[in-house]
Amino acid sequence: MEFSELIRTGQAQAELLRGPEMPPLRGTLCVTGHHLLLSPGPQATPDLWLLLLRSVDSIEKRVAGDAGTITLRCKDLRVLQLDIEGVEATLDIARSIEALSSLESVITSFPFFYRPKGLRLGESWHFHPPERYYKRVARETRAWRLSEANEDFSLCPSYPRAVIVPRTVDDDALARSARFRQGGRFPVLSYYHAPSGTVLLRSSQPLTGPQKRRCAEDEELLQAVLAGARPGARGFIVDTRSAQAAKQARMTGGGTEAKSAYPGWKRLHRPLEREGACILVHGAEGTDSTLLVTSLAQLILDPLSRTMAGFQELIEREWIQAGHPFQLRCAHSAFSHTRPKHEAPIFLLFLDCVWQLGRQFPLSLEFGEGMLLALFDHSYASPFGTFLCNSEKERCLCEVRTRTHSLWSGLNQPKEQRKLRNPLYAPNPLAIWPSVEPQSLRLWQGLFLRWTHPPEPSEVAWEKVWQIATDQEKTEGSQPTDSASEPQP
Amino acid sequence: MEHIRTPKVENVRLVDGISSKKAALGTLYLTATHVIFVENAPDTRKETWILHSQISTIEKQATTATGCPLLVRCKNFQLLQLVIPQERDCHDVYISLLRLARPVKYEELYCFSFNPKLDREEREQGWMLIDLSEEYKRMGLPNNYWQLSDVNRDYRVCDSYPTQLYVPKSATAHIIVGSSKFRSRRRFPALSYYYKDNHVSICRSSQPLSGFSARCLEDEQMLQAIRKASPGSDFIYVVDTRPKLNAMANRAAGKGYENEDNYSNIKFQFIGIENIHVMRNSLQKMLEVCELKSPSMSDFLWGLENSGWLRHIKAIMDAGIFIAKAVSEEGASVLVHCSDGWDRTAQACSVAGLLLDPHYRTLKGFMVLIEKDWISFGHKFNHRYGNLDGDPREISPVIDQFIECVWQLMEQFPCAFEFNERFLIHIQHHIYSCQFGNFLCNSQKERQELKIQERTYSLWAHLWKNRGDYLNPLFRDDPSQTQGTLHLPTMPCNFMYKTVGLWFERFLRRPEDVDVQIVTWCFTKCCCPL
Repeated sequence: MEFSELIRTGQAQAELLRGPEMPPLRGTLCVTGHHLLLSPGPQATPDLWLLLLRSVDSIEKRVAGDAGTITLRCKDLRVLQLDIEGVEATLDIARSIEALSSLESVITSFPFFYRPKGLRLGESWHFHPPERYYKRVARETRAWRLSEANEDFSLCPSYPRAVIVPRTVDDDALARSARFRQGGRFPVLSYYHAPSGTVLLRSSQPLTGPQKRRCAEDEELLQAVLAGARPGARGFIVDTRSAQAAKQARMTGGGTEAKSAYPGWKRLHRPLEREGACILVHGAEGTDSTLLVTSLAQLILDPLSRTMAGFQELIEREWIQAGHPFQLRCAHSAFSHTRPKHEAPIFLLFLDCVWQLGRQFPLSLEFGEGMLLALFDHSYASPFGTFLCNSEKERCLCEVRTRTHSLWSGLNQPKEQRKLRNPLYAPNPLAIWPSVEPQSLRLWQGLFLRWTHPPEPSEVAWEKVWQIATDQEKTEGSQPTDSASEPQP
Repeated sequence: MEHIRTPKVENVRLVDGISSKKAALGTLYLTATHVIFVENAPDTRKETWILHSQISTIEKQATTATGCPLLVRCKNFQLLQLVIPQERDCHDVYISLLRLARPVKYEELYCFSFNPKLDREEREQGWMLIDLSEEYKRMGLPNNYWQLSDVNRDYRVCDSYPTQLYVPKSATAHIIVGSSKFRSRRRFPALSYYYKDNHVSICRSSQPLSGFSARCLEDEQMLQAIRKASPGSDFIYVVDTRPKLNAMANRAAGKGYENEDNYSNIKFQFIGIENIHVMRNSLQKMLEVCELKSPSMSDFLWGLENSGWLRHIKAIMDAGIFIAKAVSEEGASVLVHCSDGWDRTAQACSVAGLLLDPHYRTLKGFMVLIEKDWISFGHKFNHRYGNLDGDPREISPVIDQFIECVWQLMEQFPCAFEFNERFLIHIQHHIYSCQFGNFLCNSQKERQELKIQERTYSLWAHLWKNRGDYLNPLFRDDPSQTQGTLHLPTMPCNFMYKTVGLWFERFLRRPEDVDVQIVTWCFTKCCCPL
């Protein structure tokens, strides 16, 4: 399939209106295989305006007389209006954009062509978070091991190659447990909480079904977790579904863990007070609310996940490699006309929660709102390959890690850091417990009202905050934090 | 002291109304000016001081096994629950507080006994810190078009106005007196602010006594004089900050609003800010939302919406913006009034001032603004904020709303204000505290009669002395940011959730916790806060 087949018109003269807070741009409009370009006229600034076609959610076109208007609603909530000279040109451009913005094939998407200066392919893909994270866990306890039973993704197509499981459970048992869990997502370690020696695990729902099936190996796995934790530790299974939804799930083959089968574990459908217990979290598929809960829990508890590098690693490990189906969930955003079930802003929910956390604890996150906005933008449309595909398996098949650039390499460049970092960061070794009272939660204006507010007051204020923070550092003589620092062992 | 039935009660439990912290056990003391609770805990001996003047209501609740609960609601929205073991003691405390919180004579107020250990000269200098004649000079007055009038010396024309007022050069004493007879409470049009960049002005007054058809030549001449004092403008706006319906209802009572047919070259505009009773109820509803224990998100949002509070804040902001735009963009002078010209008029004029003049966004300038548009122009502090026990229907959170508008502006323009949130909170606190004499009485005349400046101290001097605490580290002094008007979009979403910060953070925490919040505020309040 050739991109050029989908492009009907080479160029047209157009004016771009970008919303109430930015001046309009005039120039030559041009559609390429992956982008919409506007080359400003000679009197304007020399910057080329680019839009990745993938970021278009919906298109509207109108023609009147000998001109037309195309309204583009983008996944990042921007609304752009193009006033184009020529009715033919308008219709052709609209059709081209429609066709190109809805291409589904991964390997012909822009990340496979994006080759920016200054970045080398293969950089920052070296994360391998499960392996890395395992090293951290292994330093604290011998109760866990890194299993490569899923090496060829045969146990669980949405898990990464390596997972962390109790030492006493062998790979065969894992295979059996995988067959007992939806999508093969057997319980694995998500987070080890050193101060209390307890763990957070995640999985998908057990396939108990109406016959109340059991699986000895699955039960053995959870027993082993308790045995390996500190003596007397209890287990809680936090089901992210409502009690009713969980019950109904049984009719369609899913269900919940029977109390008698899992001694020492208690099931809950509500949040848990701090207790020092082992927790297993699952919903139905284990790819959405489950990951929301486990990643937020780690941000609350683990100061390392609040560093810039630690946060990136958290997202890699608990979202990307853990098999959140980004390609499906982020296919479209708020402006799309259809609402298929597989599309949902779960990752955005997570980012909003992180923003709320950062607002309540302004000194405790090393990254700032700019980072969260960047993640939101890139999860929907990106020249980088990080959020492509739905699982590690698919990423291997498409050779994402060798043929595209990693978002982290882009974001970690020094010139980006000022926008992404929090100048007020002071490492906080404690857990940060946010208030969840309605009064404490705010609308994330920086995201939802991003395009309707004049940017200058906040930009000026941000600059000033940076200035104060860096002046303070100079007078105190402390070393500025390393921009691409690795999480401390 | 005769009102205190029992000065000390032991083994009292203090439950912080909002947080679910466990109750603290300690001793309760009643003094002439404060209620003090001292915790028993040997290491902290934490003290909670509440001024009687801060107490809004006291409620005796049903006796339980643990004791007799007494609920104290404060004007700064603090809520305290005291559990007193003996019913008799509880009753005594209740009766004492009821009387102490409702002083009948000014002399009972704290400001007359407050002693910061300054000598007479320091006290006098404190009162001279904010000098309105300096302010008018700063505006460029008097000049060819505006003059200082002494027609109200001895308050003979209007007893709620100050003695020093600026009027158009062509407004003779005859015109002023004539106009004052045609205005509610004799509050004739007078200058609030002179915008020297294009020689236009903001004037303020009360409603005309026009009824359905009455006219007054002098009042019409007064408005013409204002127009003539604004060269280059061929009309003036008359802004009635009331809803149209209310203004029309006033006509039936012989008052009302200006008829464009009778007054040459005016453009009339209603803005629609509700009256003090609506605002009082709105605040009440919002406090009920605040007091809900663990509300769901929809209960909370519904309650907030139902109170209408944010709608009112937006209406006040809209008024200020209209006036500021008329002055700076259209080059037209504006006459602002409501009914009596001392509530909504004060709000609208002072918000407009903040938008137009960067001086009012400095620490000192803000104090000047309040001194000018609120204190000197006769806002009824005593009636509105209950210095003395009075008519509950006069109570209304008028200046609180203004302070909230300032906070809204600070949120949208984090670098434009020299002062921080703590400054606003302390001012608000002291409006109710009566610790200083600035906000006593209902008019300059009353304050003069009581010899306030000789018997009390000025808040402004106190704040100025501690100004280091009130500075905004993000304040940018350079022309591009602070010179000139602030332009702001006023879509409803700008106000959604933003107001919640000020009220609820003040309400949910005790003052010391607010400081922690404020420290972080000082550093992190960008429009892209984390």
